Amino acid sequence: MKLLTGNVSRTGEVIWWTGDGWSPDVADAVLMDPAAGEAVLAREAVAEQVNDLALVDAEPGPGGVPRPLHIRERIRAFGPTVRPDLGRAGRDWR
Amino acid sequence: MYRYDAIDRALVEARVEEFRDQLARRLSGELDEEHFKPLRLKNGLYLQLHAYMLRVAIPYGLLSSRQLRMLAHVARRYDRGYGHFTTRQNIQYNWIRLEEAADLLADLATVEMHAIQTSGNCIRNISADQYAGAAADEVADPRPWAELLRQWSSFHPEFSYLPRKFKIALTGSDADRAAIRFHDIGFQLVRDCGGALGFRVFVGGGMGRTPFVGPCIRDFLPAGEFLSYSEAILRVYNRFGRRDNIYKARIKILVHELGAERFAAEVEAEHRHVKTLGIDAPEAEVRRIAGFFADPPFEPGLDDAVDDGGDEAFARWLLRQVKPHKVPGYRIVNVSLKPKGGIPGDASAEQMEAVAGLAERFSFDEVRVTHAQNLVLAHVRACDLRAVHDGLLAVGLAEANLDLATDVISCPGLDYCTLANARSIPVAMKVADRLRDREAELGELKIKVSGCINACGHHHAGHIGILGVDRKGVENYQLLLGGSGAEDASIAQILGPGFTEEGVVEAVATVTDVYLRERMAGERFLDTFRRIGPKPFKEAVYA
Repeated sequence: MKLLTGNVSRTGEVIWWTGDGWSPDVADAVLMDPAAGEAVLAREAVAEQVNDLALVDAEPGPGGVPRPLHIRERIRAFGPTVRPDLGRAGRDWR
Repeated sequence: MYRYDAIDRALVEARVEEFRDQLARRLSGELDEEHFKPLRLKNGLYLQLHAYMLRVAIPYGLLSSRQLRMLAHVARRYDRGYGHFTTRQNIQYNWIRLEEAADLLADLATVEMHAIQTSGNCIRNISADQYAGAAADEVADPRPWAELLRQWSSFHPEFSYLPRKFKIALTGSDADRAAIRFHDIGFQLVRDCGGALGFRVFVGGGMGRTPFVGPCIRDFLPAGEFLSYSEAILRVYNRFGRRDNIYKARIKILVHELGAERFAAEVEAEHRHVKTLGIDAPEAEVRRIAGFFADPPFEPGLDDAVDDGGDEAFARWLLRQVKPHKVPGYRIVNVSLKPKGGIPGDASAEQMEAVAGLAERFSFDEVRVTHAQNLVLAHVRACDLRAVHDGLLAVGLAEANLDLATDVISCPGLDYCTLANARSIPVAMKVADRLRDREAELGELKIKVSGCINACGHHHAGHIGILGVDRKGVENYQLLLGGSGAEDASIAQILGPGFTEEGVVEAVATVTDVYLRERMAGERFLDTFRRIGPKPFKEAVYA
């Protein structure tokens, strides 16, 4: 399964596709099959509001929060591992 | 220190307004990201993992208190209360909002700072010995020459689109505190047998995917030909450097492929032409710039003695962090940005303001940033050392670990950087924790950690280097031994197969066990490694 992610052009903030919009919280993200993800990515790329759009591999995680498979995307989702005070409260990047 | 003239000020202010216009067009949708990206990169704005990152230039690592206070203001107003001092003597902010970037740059411009040429294939921020103008072992002060290079290279139209980025470092001492032989050009100030000032010139050093120690291509370059020779080197690189392959585009590859002798011959031929063009700065201009770096009004006849008062922590700090000064009664103070539990190179806004205040009161208003991610107060009276120590202690910056095992250099790694393959900061912190109890016994031990092959953490130059790689989606760490970025420059060699995060920390501990077992009297880790080679270390680590 895939998550669609990127950074808000105006601010740089990490965001995740929720099915009908964007959220800074990966808990709101929707897991999609690759074909559906590609279609959303193509549509959103035209809008030019999100930089570095990418589909990343993910799976359902604890508590229903989608869990990116690669550590890079988990760090994007939950914040720097060395500064938990700057990340998503209560979320474990592992 | 150097102060902007009307031309400098006009250039920087015009650049801010130009970027403000570019940014407005991006935010309105008039410019798309494809066209805007090179423009923001030219102003030091990268998009990293969590947000935009801004890299601010600190020319030759020199800051006034006012400038450091501005960096604290930027941290507080535009970021999340801290900044990260880098191995290029710059500072990076990790949480910048693009829509505020023009206001940020305008704030920086009020204190003669900017982010110009902190990205792109141009001549980047010039770095220099952090003890410049203060060191007892100095032949001459490299800062005027670094400033001359800054002015020559800023917006140089011929060198704005080089094959690849270009980094220059200078030192004025035999002791190399600026890692000059790991730069595209390294200049060492020397005097010839007649006492004339000049430069030993090293070209083609570097780290990254293909590390090289730069060879010397000119033993003595008269100081008066400094700019024309620099121009000749850049012209040869611009003409022959490869643009077809990013991995072979740095000047180090050109020097390696041509050979140092042939490369030097090309430069000499070009120089014969370039020096007829009137590029070299007139002596009066060199003297004018040097005037900005004249000695501050040192007090003569000060008592040179320092009494630690029986305070063990203060005595340890004096021993590690305080270095001799060229003027009796003064000392150079190194401020560790590697406190216990801290992130290497990070400083909070409060810490920056505290150091700025100490510099204002006790060090003629000057702060230096080092390529080892520490700060320096270069001119402190011996009688003020106690007050400086106590001031640093109050903000958690009185660690006594300069060049010891806990003074670990680290790039931002995968916690922040989009290029990284593995985290480097947690490894640096764990290594420091693991070795803290024995760091005094280990003595000088420079450990450097990078999160990818680009080597921003200088792992190739570490006595012990650690390189993070991605192995099928899992962080893995290679261990390297025997590097040095100092005057005895060498490239660290990979010891063997990589480790997990916990594994590499234990491997480092094992390596230090071997050193303690094998060392002879007076030997640093590096000396022992060079004497006995990698075999005993390899046998112990992979036993």
